[in-house]
Amino acid sequence: MPFDILVLTCLAYVIFLFLVAFAVERRAGQGAMGFLRSPVVYTLSLSIYCTAWTFYGAVGYAARSGIEYLTIYIGPTLVFVGWWWVLRKLVRIGRQQRVTSIADLISSRFGKSNLLGVMVTVIAVVAATPYIALQLQSVTLSFAVFASDAPAGWALPNRDATAVWVAGGLALFTILFGTRKLDAKEQHHGIVMAIAVEAVVKLVALVAVGVWVVWGLAGGPAAVVARISAMDNPDWALQPGRWFGLTALAAAAVITLPRMFQVLVVENVNERHLARASWAFPLYLFGMSLFILPIALIGLERMPADSNPDMMVLTLPLSEGQGTLAMLAFLGGFSSATSMVIVETVALATMLSNHVVMPLWLRLRPLAAMSGDLRGGILLARRLSIVGVLGLGLAYYRLSGGTVALASIGLIAFAGMAQVLPAMLGGIFWRGATKAGAVAGLATGFAAWGWTLFLPSFGQDVLIPASVFAEGPFGIGWLRPQALFGTGTMDPLLHSIFWSCALNSAAFCAGSILTFPDPVERIQGAAFVNAFDREAQAERLGWTHGQAEPEALLNLAQRILGEEALTFFEAEARAQGKEGYLPDLTPAFLAELERRLAGSVGAATAHAMISQLFGRATVTVEDLMAVANEAAQIMESSARLEAKQQELTITARQLREVNEKLTQLSVQKDAFLSQISHELRTPMTSIRAFSEILTEGDLPPAMVADYGRIIHDEAKRLTRLLDDLLDLSVLENGTVQLNLDLAHLGQMLDRAEAAASQTRPGRAFRVERDVTGEEVYLRTDSDRLVQVFINLISNARKYCDADPAVLRVVVRLKAGRVSIDFIDNGKGIPKDKQGLIFEKFSRLTDLSRAGGAGLGLAICREIMANLGGTVAYLPGQRGAAFRVTLPLRLEKQVA
Amino acid sequence: MAGRVLLIEDESNIAEAIRFILSRDGCEVEVEHDGRAGFARLAEGLPDVLILDLMLPGMSGLEILTALRADPRSADLPVLMLTAKGQGRDREAAERAGVSAFMSKPFANAEMRARVRALMGLDA
Repeated sequence: MPFDILVLTCLAYVIFLFLVAFAVERRAGQGAMGFLRSPVVYTLSLSIYCTAWTFYGAVGYAARSGIEYLTIYIGPTLVFVGWWWVLRKLVRIGRQQRVTSIADLISSRFGKSNLLGVMVTVIAVVAATPYIALQLQSVTLSFAVFASDAPAGWALPNRDATAVWVAGGLALFTILFGTRKLDAKEQHHGIVMAIAVEAVVKLVALVAVGVWVVWGLAGGPAAVVARISAMDNPDWALQPGRWFGLTALAAAAVITLPRMFQVLVVENVNERHLARASWAFPLYLFGMSLFILPIALIGLERMPADSNPDMMVLTLPLSEGQGTLAMLAFLGGFSSATSMVIVETVALATMLSNHVVMPLWLRLRPLAAMSGDLRGGILLARRLSIVGVLGLGLAYYRLSGGTVALASIGLIAFAGMAQVLPAMLGGIFWRGATKAGAVAGLATGFAAWGWTLFLPSFGQDVLIPASVFAEGPFGIGWLRPQALFGTGTMDPLLHSIFWSCALNSAAFCAGSILTFPDPVERIQGAAFVNAFDREAQAERLGWTHGQAEPEALLNLAQRILGEEALTFFEAEARAQGKEGYLPDLTPAFLAELERRLAGSVGAATAHAMISQLFGRATVTVEDLMAVANEAAQIMESSARLEAKQQELTITARQLREVNEKLTQLSVQKDAFLSQISHELRTPMTSIRAFSEILTEGDLPPAMVADYGRIIHDEAKRLTRLLDDLLDLSVLENGTVQLNLDLAHLGQMLDRAEAAASQTRPGRAFRVERDVTGEEVYLRTDSDRLVQVFINLISNARKYCDADPAVLRVVVRLKAGRVSIDFIDNGKGIPKDKQGLIFEKFSRLTDLSRAGGAGLGLAICREIMANLGGTVAYLPGQRGAAFRVTLPLRLEKQVA
Repeated sequence: MAGRVLLIEDESNIAEAIRFILSRDGCEVEVEHDGRAGFARLAEGLPDVLILDLMLPGMSGLEILTALRADPRSADLPVLMLTAKGQGRDREAAERAGVSAFMSKPFANAEMRARVRALMGLDA
């Protein structure tokens, strides 16, 4: 097989793929997809599960370990046959949430957390890098296999250069078809079609080699079966633990590998394609696995012992001179490698640019985010990510020197990506799963995987010193990479799978149980877990097939809208040309009704109400949250109204009180003015009348003297009245000036008794006093206090009806206050009048002999208030009794 | 002017002034200082003119007037009401009760004479 033909064929094949992808992209641009997105294409695109590792490596695997390689096919088969409902849910959620990658799925589920997006991206990149390196290695190896046939004119590029060329070509292809346009849903029709074509090439090539081996070399299936039975290789013995572990691992990988998620969920255009894929993809896998064991068997028989079993698919036909078959096998392997690299790179680049590059860029250049179109930036980020991912793969390939067996690299990648599984399954089936749980699980699982599998895979003393393998880090034995918690007897791979998944799940569950999701997480959790219910409800949104009775709706509407409801129903019925008030439940009518109800109770509540009447609706958690939100708003505004109303009530009451007080004051003022008028006019009447009489002359001198005295008395009375009024006014206003000094109580009473003796000087009157009790010094306004005493003694002189009248003055000291009682021996004041005596103009007798205007006690009360004391009537004594109390020391003027 | 006048007035100085003014004019003036005592005096026999203070101890001028008007014998008795309060309200109340004439304190002596004369049916 000439090498140049190989290169030309290869180039032609690549150009063919370019054309296919290009044509499909063009048709997709025109909206004419047709068969291009059929279930067959979808199923074939899923075949990127079968990479170069499966194509070449499976034979090597079978040659080394017997039929254990089957686990890699059994896992996905079990998932597609038994777990198709999980896949369907993933696809449904992917479409509802416009999921762009597995990192996006996890991030979106747990409250749109970018931290989780970054974590999944990092895991994916770390796990996928060796895997991409593996593809580059297989392509390079397959080229090298043909190298012996290179003509002299061809300067055979060395392996590294081949790898660079392949990586560069793949980067170009991926950038061309993976970043042609930006779409919320990352679908790449051209790429999908190209890998579908490659899937066919893979299958045809492997089956062709297989058929040739079985019928051409081995001599028929029966001979092969006989040889398998005769095999007695101890390495081929079945290990149940490994079987179970590897099957589970492959099952996890088929949904968590970035490229698988890309074609399974992101590139899915129709959920029903999954139904076809659920049996067709296992069939494809069956076809791919059918001839692995025969090829391995015959290869081991016929090939030299030192030949690489991973290349037997290629070397077996070559060694037998089957150039064309070898070419086909080469193209199959080439297809396997390239399709995997392209899709994996697209998936990783999407994650990298969405969760790492763009957030970083936006943080560094926040202004750019404001300035509108980010498309250029995103595309550039994606292209750089593609180059970066391929660059990483290339670097890994050159670093590892391409020595590690293909199969083990694939399994390491599987185990790495499987760490996403707990968060993914928990996220779509468990409402209680929280972001904290997902972070804890992913971090724990990733760390355990890295420590027990990924880092040791480089070999002892490369990244981890041999001493650590033997004794653990810092001598901690139970942390030994391949003997965690002292489980050293386990198979290293199984050991890593077991511990990483167990610790991951435990951390995930514990974190979820111990923490409480925030609102966004709860909403997203509900949306993911109830993905199917949401869909069902969304179909009802149009209200097209309702079962509610118009009466029930009217009932509901009346309860909320009142009279308006009936008017609305009548108008609608009339508009529909119907009699009465019950219109047909057309979607338009229902939408309008819901809109009106929403005006009163909020949109979510209105929707929930009508849903309820339609009988079939389940009110979702989001609905309930929205309803609660509205209820809270309504409650808040009603509470505000209530508070305002209360405020108004209080204000109204205050206003009423003020008004009453003003009215009362006005009445009091009228009464007061009327009283003053009376008190002023009475003496003036006498004065006027007598002065007229006197001016008329011819009166006997005795009468002149009498009448002159009357005029004088009445004038004095008038003056006294005016004095009292002014005094009272000053005292009531609190503007009185107090002259505080230290005064002897006995001396003050002496002064008062002397002054009061002017009142009715002729009558028999005696004051009984307790001289020792009066030995008290008071700090007060002595003149004012004497005024009170005079008033009380004078009143006794005027009104006490006993003969002889006796007034007892009793002094008591108590708690810093002094009380002075004035008790006479008369009949006292009747009970019903006791409350009135301190009011202005309240004379008990209307006899003018009292000689006062009835302001005396009112003035006393005001004086005592100014002195910080009181004057009160003392009931229950024999005669009239008044008690004056005041502080021993008046510290400051009392307002 | 010869007529019998009953004056019910608690302010003794004012009562003395009115008594002097009307006596000088030829009237026979009797004075009572208490409302109840005055009303009792009326029961003994009606004067030609009754001069009544509005505010009286015992029984107010308004009460006496109302009682008089309720009795047919005294329904037409000329009654001159005096008040020192001088408010329109009191005047209206007195007129409603059937007062014959109303005067505010203080008054001119001549006016007092003229009112009493008029109530006696005499020229001023």
